[in-house]
This record gives sequence, C-alpha cells and structure tokens, in this order.
Amino acid sequence: MVEVLVFLEQRGGRLKGSSLEALGAGRQLLEKVGTGSGRLNAILIGDNIKDLAETVRCYGAQKILLADHPALERYNNGLYTYILAQEVQKSGAAIILLSATAMGRDLAPRLAARLGGPLLTECTSLDISDGLLEATRLVYAGRLSARVKSTVPRFQVATLRPNAFPPAQAVGAGFKPAPAKVEMLDVSTLPTDPLIVFRDIIYTKGVKADISEARIVVAGGRGMRGAENFRILEELAELLGGVVGASRAVVDAGWRPQEIQVGLTGKTISPELYIACGISGSAQHLAGIVTARHIVAINKDPEAPIFRVADLGLVGDLFEVVPALISRLKG
Amino acid sequence: MNIIVCIKQVPSTEAAPRPSPRPPFIDTTGLSWVINPFDEYAIEEALRIKERQGKGEVTIITLGPESAREALMGALALGADRALHIIGETHLGVDSYATAYLLCQAIKGRLFAGSGPVTFDLILCGKEAVDDQNGAVGTQLAELLDIPHAAVITRLSVDATGKVVVHRQIEGGTEVLECPLPALFTCQKGLNEPRYPSLPGIMKAKKKPYEVVPATRLAPQEVWGPGARVSVKEVSLLPTRKVGRKLQGGAAEMVEDLVKFIREEVRII
Repeated sequence: MVEVLVFLEQRGGRLKGSSLEALGAGRQLLEKVGTGSGRLNAILIGDNIKDLAETVRCYGAQKILLADHPALERYNNGLYTYILAQEVQKSGAAIILLSATAMGRDLAPRLAARLGGPLLTECTSLDISDGLLEATRLVYAGRLSARVKSTVPRFQVATLRPNAFPPAQAVGAGFKPAPAKVEMLDVSTLPTDPLIVFRDIIYTKGVKADISEARIVVAGGRGMRGAENFRILEELAELLGGVVGASRAVVDAGWRPQEIQVGLTGKTISPELYIACGISGSAQHLAGIVTARHIVAINKDPEAPIFRVADLGLVGDLFEVVPALISRLKG
Repeated sequence: MNIIVCIKQVPSTEAAPRPSPRPPFIDTTGLSWVINPFDEYAIEEALRIKERQGKGEVTIITLGPESAREALMGALALGADRALHIIGETHLGVDSYATAYLLCQAIKGRLFAGSGPVTFDLILCGKEAVDDQNGAVGTQLAELLDIPHAAVITRLSVDATGKVVVHRQIEGGTEVLECPLPALFTCQKGLNEPRYPSLPGIMKAKKKPYEVVPATRLAPQEVWGPGARVSVKEVSLLPTRKVGRKLQGGAAEMVEDLVKFIREEVRII
C-alpha cells in the first residue's frame, strides 16, 4: 500500500491555489499505482480552519488530516515540521507532496532531513515505478533538464513547481471517490518553545498576485526607459487579469522592486501567457520563463534573443504597440 | 560573533553546459567556475556583521573537488578569516541531504583528527545553488544541527541581546520573523550588494588558515555517495520551443494578430 500525503497550504484560512495542483499530482500518482494499492490523504495545518477542511473534502483525498490549534495560526517551520514528521512516521506515508511556494521551499527540505529520506525539489513532472518517485526538474540555471529518481521507497518528499501540474477537480456528488473524512490530529504535545517567532507580514501595496502564481505576466525590461513608463504595463496587466513583472536591469535600476524580478536571480515562473516588453532576453532571464506556456515578445530589435523563444514576436516600438493593444482590448 | 558561510563553486551562468551521460552529467570542458551567486550575498552579509561588531570570525566551508579551492580563496580575499575545504564530489547525483550531512559532520568536527568543532553563532548560505537548483542544503543543515532556520531572506538585523530579526520573501510580500541564535538563514538577492575583492585582500588570503578534509573521513560512502537517496537517470537539453511567428509592420496590424493569438491560442481572455 503506497500512501501519498499532500500538504495543503493555507494562510489566514485561505487555501493556496497551487495546493490543489499538489493534490492533482497525488491523484495522478495514485492512478499509476492503482487505486487498490494506494491511498491519498491530505493534511491541513492552522488555527480555526475546520470550515476550510470541509471545502477540500471533494478533491479526491480519502482523509483530510487536520491539525487545528491557536499556536498554529501562523506558519512556523519548527511546529509544521514537527506535525508533518509525526504524522508521516505514524502512517508510514511513502510520498509527501508540497507545492514549491515560499512556504513549501522553507518546509520541505527540513521535513526531508528529519525523515532522512530522499528529496526531489521543483519537479515539473512526476512518475512512480516500484514505489520509487521519478521526476523531471530543471538544472544548470534552467538550461538543462534532469530526470531524477528516488532510490529509497520510504519518506520521499517532493516539491512541485507551481503551474506545472493540473489542479485537482472537485468530484461531483455520487461519484467516486467519496468525499474525504476529516480526521483531527492530536496536537496536545506541540513543542512549547518554537524558537522562531512570527512578527508580521508586510504585503506589498497594489500587488494582486505574486508573479510566481499569476496566469498572465506582463513584464518590462530596459526598453521601458524609466519607472514612470510602467504605468502602461500595469494598465495592460489589469485588462488581461494579470500582473506586472520586471527584468533584472529594471530591478537593478530601482524602477521596480526585486520581488517581481523574473529570471535566475529573481523568480522562475510558469504562467499561461508571458508578455515581454522591451526585454532583450539574456540567458538568465530566459531561465526564468522556460516553462511558460505561451511567450509573446515586443521589442524594437529584430535580433533580440527573446524572439528565439517567443511563440509570437512583434518587432516594433513598445510605446506604440502596448497603447494600441490597450485601446484594442478596451474597444 | 562567529559566523559560518557555506558556499559552492558552480559553472558560470553565462555558459550553457552540454549534457553528458555520466557524472558529473555535464561536459566541463572550457567551463569557467564561480562562487554561486546567492552565496555571495551570504559572504557579504557575514562580513558586514563582523565589521559592524568589530569582532568575531568568518569561516567559509565548501564541499567540492580540489579545484573548488579557487572559490574558497576568493571568499578569503573578500575578507573571510579561514576556510574549511571538504574534498568530495558535488554533482547532481550527490543529494542535498548528503551534502548537508557532510557539512554538519565537518562543523561538529567529527571523525577528522587534529581539529575540534567549528564554533558558530550564525550560519549563512545562499538560497540555492544555480547548478542543482535544489535550495535545500542550508535548510537541511539547520535540521541536522538542530538549530532554527528561515529560507530566502532579504534583510537581517541583530539586536544587542543577540536576537535576530529577518525578512523573508513570500508571495506578494514579506514575512518578518524573530529568532534566537544560533540559527541558519539562506540568502536572496536584495539582502546586500556584494563587494569585489581588493588586491591587498587577495595577497592576505594566501596567508589565512586553510584546512582540508576528505569527505571519506567525515562519513561512510553509503550516507553521502551518489545514489544514496536520489539517482540521476539522464540530463538533457530542454525540448526546443516550436519556432514562433515574428511580425513586422504597423502597430495596429500587429496588435490584431496578437489579440487573435491571445483569444484563439492562449484562450484565457
């Protein structure tokens, strides 16, 4: 019996969208091992999140394990590792899946080290044979792809790149599998000195979604010529329901904050649509968008390397093209 | 305050390595090697803390082949006080736990004669190495040493009582955490602006303590050897993207095409 445990991430009672992708990946693995020889459970950690647990019952897990305690209101890697490791050691889960979010990246390696098992990070595809996880992941600054396989069938921890796996769909009433049972975990023995103390979360003003999670990213480069010109990209992003990103040159010039930098020293992203405006496309920038589904480039220089990866390239002045696109979308 | 910085020597990101079927899984001919860019932020932060406090020692540790000496000498030239070089492989087949385990053994001074543990109040690492892109060794080292950690920090301050406040990057914002020492943090761009080595720095580096220990002295091969937990099946070039269309002409006509592309091929609006 192969047990897959999926960590469902929440902050303030709101489920992280990419957690459903981890659940979807878990279901795919279960289909490969055969539903008779596998089990899929999910775990939720937080405070006062019973309602949230109810809403995720219909996504194909057999059990929703719920660790609900005031001390768990905020993410704490010490307490979260403790709860996950305890549950995994008790149930003997063979595979633990987390989304490679800020939380997943902080938590998964610590959990894997406590369990002493294999860790596969930032996976873009997953497979299983003989109980061993096999994954594809990007290496060497996003330039090469590696197929890696776990060599130990127990306590295999994997993090999944957001937007790389289809999210689990809700199962309709009367269909199989039946809605999950919610099971409360015993959290009476939590460590009393968690060491790391939460102080605050400072949300960046005006940011609707993080570039790593957005389905549409409109990014600007050196060709934007100045911070004030980003207004047109914000307007375009707004019309498309996306967010604005930036190249390294833009961040280093101080036109835009580091948290929206796309590329090797910024964030690697996998949106449905990436629109690069005035970005020439250095190797380090391209490393951040190799897994984008569709790439559109707008650049004056027909020889810009960004055109080599663009599905659609527009050779022209972005200060003409972008406003024309905006008025076309408005019209 | 005594600070340990763990670094890794990696191929420069300017070059695109060619895949190879056997370890180290890339063709290393002609590659130039550098200190992992994120580790530079860790080194810089350690030096700044030491300079501010006017006391303490910065120890740089790496796991890598003989040639990784260049990276350690580079860190000493920037101003670090001493280096510890664990001689061993670091290619993709050596998993993050194995690396963290070796670093942990070296820090604790286990199994190699003539040297005690490395004392520390703080450990800094890069948020990930740009070659394996795992982002796990630092965090796993914290777990093995049983000290708290925070990953991907962009700000660090130490108060008079030795308590540390860090900012870590999360989706859409910043998480502010407080943590007692000893602790480990992994560093992200934005933390500081790394310095360049000076000529006197390079000269002084040659006289600084440099200790070498083979990985085989720190732990048995089963724990850290290739395939201990993860094996590499294949490293390959990325599938090439389908050659796209390139439009030239008036903005209005190109925009028509673009809108059609978004509606019919991307299909999200």
